[in-house]
Amino acid sequence: MVEFRWHGRGGQGAVTSVELLALAAIGEGKYAQGFPSFGPERRGAPVAAFNRVDSERIRIRSGVYRPDVVVVLDEGLIGLVNLTEGLKEDGVLIVNTSKKAADVMKILNYSGAIATVDATSIAWKELGVPITNTTMLGAVVKVTNIVGLSAMDDPVEHRFGKIASKNIAAMKQAFKEVKIK
Amino acid sequence: MGERKGMEIALAAAEAAALCRPDVVAAYPITPNTHVPEHLANIVSEGKLDAEYICVESEHSALSACMGASGAGARVFTATSSQGLLYMAEIMSIASSMRLPVVMALGNRALSGPLNIWNDHSDIMSQRDTGWISLFASHGQEVIDMIIQAFRIAEDADVLLPINVNLDGFQLTHVVEVMDFPSQSEVDAFLPAYKPFASLHPDHPCSMGTLGLPEIYSEATKAREVAIVNSRKTILKVWAEWEKAFGRRYEPVESYKMEGAQEAIMTMGSMGETAEIAIDALREKGIPVGLLKLKLWRPFPYEDVRKAAKGLKSLLVLDRAVSFGGPGGPVASEVRSSLYGETDRPAITNYIFGLGGRDVAVEDFIKMFEKMRSGDKKRSKDQYEFYGVRGE
Repeated sequence: MVEFRWHGRGGQGAVTSVELLALAAIGEGKYAQGFPSFGPERRGAPVAAFNRVDSERIRIRSGVYRPDVVVVLDEGLIGLVNLTEGLKEDGVLIVNTSKKAADVMKILNYSGAIATVDATSIAWKELGVPITNTTMLGAVVKVTNIVGLSAMDDPVEHRFGKIASKNIAAMKQAFKEVKIK
Repeated sequence: MGERKGMEIALAAAEAAALCRPDVVAAYPITPNTHVPEHLANIVSEGKLDAEYICVESEHSALSACMGASGAGARVFTATSSQGLLYMAEIMSIASSMRLPVVMALGNRALSGPLNIWNDHSDIMSQRDTGWISLFASHGQEVIDMIIQAFRIAEDADVLLPINVNLDGFQLTHVVEVMDFPSQSEVDAFLPAYKPFASLHPDHPCSMGTLGLPEIYSEATKAREVAIVNSRKTILKVWAEWEKAFGRRYEPVESYKMEGAQEAIMTMGSMGETAEIAIDALREKGIPVGLLKLKLWRPFPYEDVRKAAKGLKSLLVLDRAVSFGGPGGPVASEVRSSLYGETDRPAITNYIFGLGGRDVAVEDFIKMFEKMRSGDKKRSKDQYEFYGVRGE
């Protein structure tokens, strides 16, 4: 089982990300959960959302405490939220940032695996808004190989309708640009 | 044929209700169950379901509208949580007394105060004795299945009682997961049209919900008790038919790894899923322990509990609600009552846990089990204790 924790701010679509990733995995015949951090969310405040993906039926219903993958949608959360809390030693941190990976690692005092992509720039260019949730899905798929990139198409199209193609383009761009260190 | 689909469970609950073709839906949104009425409103407005969706101004009105419609012979559905259920409290008993088969999806949430929107079972326990049948789902598939089953059970001519399907708030309502959705034709075949025993119609006048003088109140109350006790037969019959039609088995008390078990844990609701993983870990260590999952809360399955507990040395009953100043958790009280007359009965330990959204991990179940086993002498006389509460 692979467990994900997504960090974002209320309104940035972390919950949508976990829903789309869960649906993509389910679409591939896998089992998956996607859920928000339970409770009220405030626009702009730090939020978290979670995924579990497995080849077998998932029974666990508690929170995710030892994620294999941590995804950061908002660069401003670096140093603000304990992003690496509970991250497994062989886990990976995937960050939306314009900074170099080494600089992020230094701020976080983190020495594990990291992948970085400037998803905000991609989102501005492809979507015209700095909302990075779908863009970051491209990076997550590339780094984790949890689903095939094309598995994202159906859920994204279903969710976004007319603007799905822009989101898919942003996703593909992040898939291409993400740097794994 | 059904379809394997990923969806948020609250939305799936709405889809399941829609598959049952209710004539009237009346509900008022409340966290964490908001998506159930919201999605049903969408389904109706998109023309996918030919139903009256009544936008009521409160839960009191939601249940009242459902009862009025049910009295006129309509198939009805509502959904609520916590304080919303409390707002319905005035009418809960009237629905069962009038023998109206209202179906409710109850997204379990703690009662205020302190104000809390998260999950435990205090809402349904506050309405325990209102004469409703209560089912408890432990995952998304059971939510879909139980909502469809609920209409069959409630509307059966031998039952005619309201029913609530309990799904843990957030832990179930807010999780996207994969479920099998029966097709419309499969549901149509399983669930015939509702044939009311009596209905309000100008051509055939009748009265419902009349005054019950002391000369009749006891008889009316006993009749309702007999009805809910007898509903067990229909519930088992409907579950047997469900298994035949859909291949998924339902039992009042579901067993997990109970073969050769000397000790067992009992849960109700979604925590049973996480507890299974703890049982796996304990079994791997060679400990003969099993899990009992209570699916039917009312009518309480006394005989199934007695059967399941036979041969056990100890039973750890876990409750997610408190009976203040009473005997501990409501589930444990019923289990103790079930077993009191047995000569061969397990020692019962009752922990109250997971209140107001307190998360419970696999390790917590192992810790609770070990705590029970350690046989803390100081506490052994206690009826119950709280698990995982700070400041002890």
